[in-house]
Amino acid sequence: MAAIEVSNLSKSFFVPVRDAGLKAALQSLVNRKTREVQAVKNVSFTIEPGEVVGFLGPNGAGKTTTLKMLSGLLYPTHGTASVLSYTPSQRNKSYLRQMTLIMGNRNQLIWDIPALDSFELNRAIYRLPEAEFHQTRDEFIELLDMKEIVTKPVRNLSLGERMKVEIAAALLHKPKALFLDEPTIGLDVTMQRRIRAFIQEYNQRYNATVLLTSHYMADVEALCKRVIVIHHGRILFDGALSELVDRFKAQKRLVVTVEQGMVDLSRFGEVVSQEDGRITLQVSKKEAPAITARLLNEFPVSDLLVEDPSIEDVIEDVFSQRIGAETDTAVAA
Amino acid sequence: MSPITNTPSRWQEIKVLLDFYPNRMKYAAIIKAQYRLSAFLWLIGLAIEPVIYLVVWTTVAKERGGVIGGYTAGGFAAYYIVWTIVRVMGIGLNPWVFEWRVRQGQWSPLILRPMHPIHDDFALLLGDKVMDIVWLIPVVSILINAFKPDLNPTWWQGLAFVVACLLGFIARTVWMWVLGLITFWTVRVAAIFDLYFAVELLLSGRVVPLDLLPTWARDMANWLPYQWTFGFPIEVMIGRLSPTVTLQGIGIQLSWIVVGWIIMQWLWRRGVRRYSAVGA
Repeated sequence: MAAIEVSNLSKSFFVPVRDAGLKAALQSLVNRKTREVQAVKNVSFTIEPGEVVGFLGPNGAGKTTTLKMLSGLLYPTHGTASVLSYTPSQRNKSYLRQMTLIMGNRNQLIWDIPALDSFELNRAIYRLPEAEFHQTRDEFIELLDMKEIVTKPVRNLSLGERMKVEIAAALLHKPKALFLDEPTIGLDVTMQRRIRAFIQEYNQRYNATVLLTSHYMADVEALCKRVIVIHHGRILFDGALSELVDRFKAQKRLVVTVEQGMVDLSRFGEVVSQEDGRITLQVSKKEAPAITARLLNEFPVSDLLVEDPSIEDVIEDVFSQRIGAETDTAVAA
Repeated sequence: MSPITNTPSRWQEIKVLLDFYPNRMKYAAIIKAQYRLSAFLWLIGLAIEPVIYLVVWTTVAKERGGVIGGYTAGGFAAYYIVWTIVRVMGIGLNPWVFEWRVRQGQWSPLILRPMHPIHDDFALLLGDKVMDIVWLIPVVSILINAFKPDLNPTWWQGLAFVVACLLGFIARTVWMWVLGLITFWTVRVAAIFDLYFAVELLLSGRVVPLDLLPTWARDMANWLPYQWTFGFPIEVMIGRLSPTVTLQGIGIQLSWIVVGWIIMQWLWRRGVRRYSAVGA
């Protein structure tokens, strides 16, 4: 049975609307207007136990709202969600003991005391046996290299350090379902890598199901084999990361280095860049083998690379209106 | 995947709370101790109010032949010195805490804990009070030396005072929560709290002992929760109530807690459905 099952999940909010200025403010005293905003529209997907799925989309796409519904913070307007066979919105205590929601830009630890004390409080809240708690805590301290920072008051920690202790605190009760909303936001590359490795280790060790949002494609590439792409509250794509590239980027990049320096290759495809004899060409995926052969025949090529476009480029295209329209049709089909 | 069927029993829930409360209280006390200057200034401000009432009423009592409504100058001194302790012990949450939680999405971590968020507030406030008592000792000692209160509680009055103080604090916090949860609908709740505090000021025994109020105001006070969170514990301690009346009062305090708790839970279940978790 799936760890997470979502069927036609929708969430709408009513937001007040008024024009700017004092007159509009006074008018709104007697005539208040609201507008319904649909943050998530009929979203459906299932995730198997132990899967790590990337949940991608631009700002305001509905990613965080979906995560909040799955964690039990928000009540869905329509549709159903089941996580570990619980209905999240009922916030059953057994369910809350088995899941965690980590939001990258939020601090859930007590500001004025060291993280070790907050860990201790979590031990009491989650009914963790002392020996097991100490073992897990020490293991996490080791894995995240936090020995020096867990004894400092949280307010004295840097953003990256705070994120590490935040993640450790949220996982001390060994949840089986993890909802991670931008867990590496604002962190430097080293810290991002460490947190990624930790999440990977946790997933493998405890067979935890992970649904992760991130604007850093490095997070997604490192952790997720499968991605769900959401835009304007609708799912545009649900499948393997490699399939996303295949389906939405019917192009390849050829990076050619020619001995004679500058040559005009525009007849072969779109020249993306040209620098020091190194020319990057974008060509259709179908024609790539033929063009490669022609380039090798016609020019003194000293080096030639055939690359897939970067995930960032693919995602950018998926979100663009043109591809979005195509995808709607594809998904409907 | 079938759920791990570890729904805690009632006894397990109590064990969790018995473990959680001392820990949370300890950390609240530690945090309060870190901000000594703030605590000191707050206490000075708190001590000024009863001293003003005390000076006014003892002066009036002396001018009216020494007794007003059964209170001598020493009786007023006892009333307002115990007042200081009850005031500190009864301090609950302010409206801004509830507004901040809704506006900034600060309910989110509390909602996702397998524990009702009111326990966090109770434990936090109780922990604060541990440090407040430390600060109160010198303040009360100075007031006793300066105003010579007529205060000779028996052992049972002392015990009943502790119970009445604790129940008063619980009742007040539960009713603050009832008001605070309105923020799920209104976002702002300060005006409602202001109204509550304005009536409380008069009908709780804070400005003036309830015995000095006109009969209609006393009758009204009997049907509202205010005096049971403030005036009642004071009257227990200064010896104005018989054991029977004291027990009845404790029963009424418990009733207000139960009624408040039921309303609070009803509002909580509905309010949390409206929570939009904006900002977090």
